[in-house]
Amino acid sequence: MKLKPNEKLNVTSILENLESYRPRRRGWHWREGVGQKREIGKFEYYDTSENLNQSQPLPSAHYFDDIDPQPDSVITTEIASGRFEDDIRRMRMAAWHGADHLMVIRTAGQSHFDGLIEGTPQGIGGIPITRKQVRAQRKALDLIEDEVGRPINYHSYVSGVAGPEIAVMFAEEGVNGAHQDPQYNVLYRNINMIRSYVDAAVAKKIMTWSDMAQIDGAHNANATAREAWKVMPELMVQHAINSMYSVKIGMKKENICLSTVPPTAPPAPCMRIDLPYAVALRELFKEYKMRAQQNTKYMGSSTREATVTHTLNLLISKLTRADIQSTITPDEGRNVPWHIYNIEGSNTAKQALVGMDGLTEMVGIKRDSGELADKVRELKERAILFMEEMLEVGGYFSAVEEGFFVDSGYYPERNGDGIVRKIDGGIGVGTVYEREDDYMAPVTAHFGYNNIAQYDKDVVDNPATLIGGCTLEAPDKIIYIDELDETDNVNVRMEETKELRETTKIKPEMEWQGDGIIQITLFLPTDERTAEFAAIEIGKNLGLEDVEVIHKEIMQASEGTRIELKGKVAFTIDTSKLIIPPKPEIMSDDEIRKEIEKNPMKIVAGTVGEDEHSVGLREIIDIKHGGIEGFGIECHYLGTSVSVEKLIDAAIELNADAILASTIISHDDIHYRNMKRIHELCVEKGIRDKVILACGGTQVSNELAIEQGIDAGFGRGTKGVHVATFLVKKRSEMLNEN
Amino acid sequence: MKRKDDFEARRQHLISLSEEQLEARFWELAEKIVDPLVDLAYKQTSPSIERSVLLRMGFSSLESTAIVNGTIDRGLLGKGAGHLVYRLSKEYNISIREAGLKLAAGHMWDEVMKTLAGGEL
Repeated sequence: MKLKPNEKLNVTSILENLESYRPRRRGWHWREGVGQKREIGKFEYYDTSENLNQSQPLPSAHYFDDIDPQPDSVITTEIASGRFEDDIRRMRMAAWHGADHLMVIRTAGQSHFDGLIEGTPQGIGGIPITRKQVRAQRKALDLIEDEVGRPINYHSYVSGVAGPEIAVMFAEEGVNGAHQDPQYNVLYRNINMIRSYVDAAVAKKIMTWSDMAQIDGAHNANATAREAWKVMPELMVQHAINSMYSVKIGMKKENICLSTVPPTAPPAPCMRIDLPYAVALRELFKEYKMRAQQNTKYMGSSTREATVTHTLNLLISKLTRADIQSTITPDEGRNVPWHIYNIEGSNTAKQALVGMDGLTEMVGIKRDSGELADKVRELKERAILFMEEMLEVGGYFSAVEEGFFVDSGYYPERNGDGIVRKIDGGIGVGTVYEREDDYMAPVTAHFGYNNIAQYDKDVVDNPATLIGGCTLEAPDKIIYIDELDETDNVNVRMEETKELRETTKIKPEMEWQGDGIIQITLFLPTDERTAEFAAIEIGKNLGLEDVEVIHKEIMQASEGTRIELKGKVAFTIDTSKLIIPPKPEIMSDDEIRKEIEKNPMKIVAGTVGEDEHSVGLREIIDIKHGGIEGFGIECHYLGTSVSVEKLIDAAIELNADAILASTIISHDDIHYRNMKRIHELCVEKGIRDKVILACGGTQVSNELAIEQGIDAGFGRGTKGVHVATFLVKKRSEMLNEN
Repeated sequence: MKRKDDFEARRQHLISLSEEQLEARFWELAEKIVDPLVDLAYKQTSPSIERSVLLRMGFSSLESTAIVNGTIDRGLLGKGAGHLVYRLSKEYNISIREAGLKLAAGHMWDEVMKTLAGGEL
């Protein structure tokens, strides 16, 4: 199966024959072609990777020959709406926008699920990670990576009380990266400390075999601590514990990625606080990879504010190092992320990184003296002191029991509000067993004591030989479970939305096919609280269901409030019944030129009314903007704020073939009234049947212009060639009529 | 515990170290902290670890869970759940898959006890 850009990915066919699907590769993929300069379009880039074969460039790319430079960092987007089948479509969209690390969030509570979940039950705030869903998504990503032309890393979580099992399933299914950090279990999931570390060792060993990239969980301390910037010394300690533990299990340092977040956000002077921390961390961990995450701690419901914070985070990535640039969807503070915001987040990273390409050739960090140098040293010392005290109190477990971690004091300051976990407490307490002398596990990638020699001294280094190879060598041994729940599964859900896939009916969607969710932005000239409740009524009056205000922002306490509203529409639209006007026809440059050469054409043009806008019309006329002059049309430009009378008098005097009026200002429909006036005056002066009338402007629609008596209206996005084509065609039509 | 920031007092022994030496000290301490954890993990196992062994031996998640639960009930997890399956297959000359399915279904546990635990229940 091969994807075609103009055809939807067929999720149903992805789900077929899953039982026999095998992943085609294992291991993490870094972008290729980095570290070399690259010509793309009219520019030379310093920090890019290989271009994609097919992609969706940034919105402004059309000014730059539609180039789509790809930064050197892997770009992550986190996707998991609760329905993996809809996430697959979102993954394709994200990949087209340049994301090559697709991270799947797990459903709430999975870390406390003692074992693997099977089938395709719907999740909350994520998906239940099961073999079937992982397999389906990896299979879809194989097609998507072929389509865009760059390998895609698929990622989820190896944490909770089933870490080793999940790691095995991920290794078998070709998952390329995973979060694994026993500290996450201990601190945030209250899973017993001993169980967490014992499980983590085996999980890490399996990940090592599979060449997965590992991401740690230290960034959660940022999100949890009351004052996130004060946990900086501890963050370095947490990174060190997980990194060193992984190395001791056998993981390669280049597969160990630190999940690091700039701890603060505006209005704090965040760059001055976050930059020394970023420098100190990258120096201490120079042999490890950086997964730069974006700040979520200080994120509210404003997507604009989140985007600015994230852009500042990207500046830190650029000035220091980010091997993986993660992104947070800017709507995370108000929704389970929507399709469009995964794309926005990915584009924020791509746009900022490409915009800052080569910046460090000109701008550098003052590393060796001054405030940054002092801060870097201080952070390193504070982290060392933290570890010294951990050892003094008896090591890791004692330190956790004493609440060392996620204390809001700037270590060695302590506020006594750290997370306390007991060695004999937490989920899974008492479930760890000492391996006996004859303990044996005849499998590959097993960590710890393993008495293989009791059966065969020769296969000690290759225990799976005892059973003729395990699933890691012989994947046909994997037992695939399809579904366990007859009512909560993908087949039932897909049946419900079948109409939207198999007919011409369409419905808006933010998370799931057919969810009907739309978002409305409005301004209400009243105080915040009144605005909120008035907005809900507005939503109801518009016929929306489940109306909810997802963002409010005071413009001025009594003058007004900005509101963002979501709700659901119940209806569908049948696209086969739409009347869609044909796309404007464009003649080739040569054809137009030939027509004008054969039969020269003259036009008069100006911006009518009390209107000083000139850019749009100049773009249509000027030769250097690809305007109609370039086709040999003789243009008489009268300027801005030209009266309708003057325009028409000039046309009569010059015996022009056409009048081009620019009508930008649209208050009170003045643009349409001016159009009507042009038409009427031409009729009065007796030239209407001889002259072509065309009007343009950002708010102009062709249909409404024609209603005013004009021959054509040109809106946003019009180019000289559109107008020239129209003029040539209209003239020949008029000649034929006469 | 509550404590004021006594960084200046605490750092006295670090003042004379170069940043390179500080970094070396940082990693030395990290190693000291994790070494006992690695040692602990080397010697212990858990239900999830044993289920992960059974998955690798070609059992489904449901089968693995049943076998591990049976193993824990009989106090044999310290021997390795995969070990039980392997031993049973060897002793009775049946396939690994067949041996595991028997245990998952609650059969042949007496035979396991006989061969691996000296017959005591």
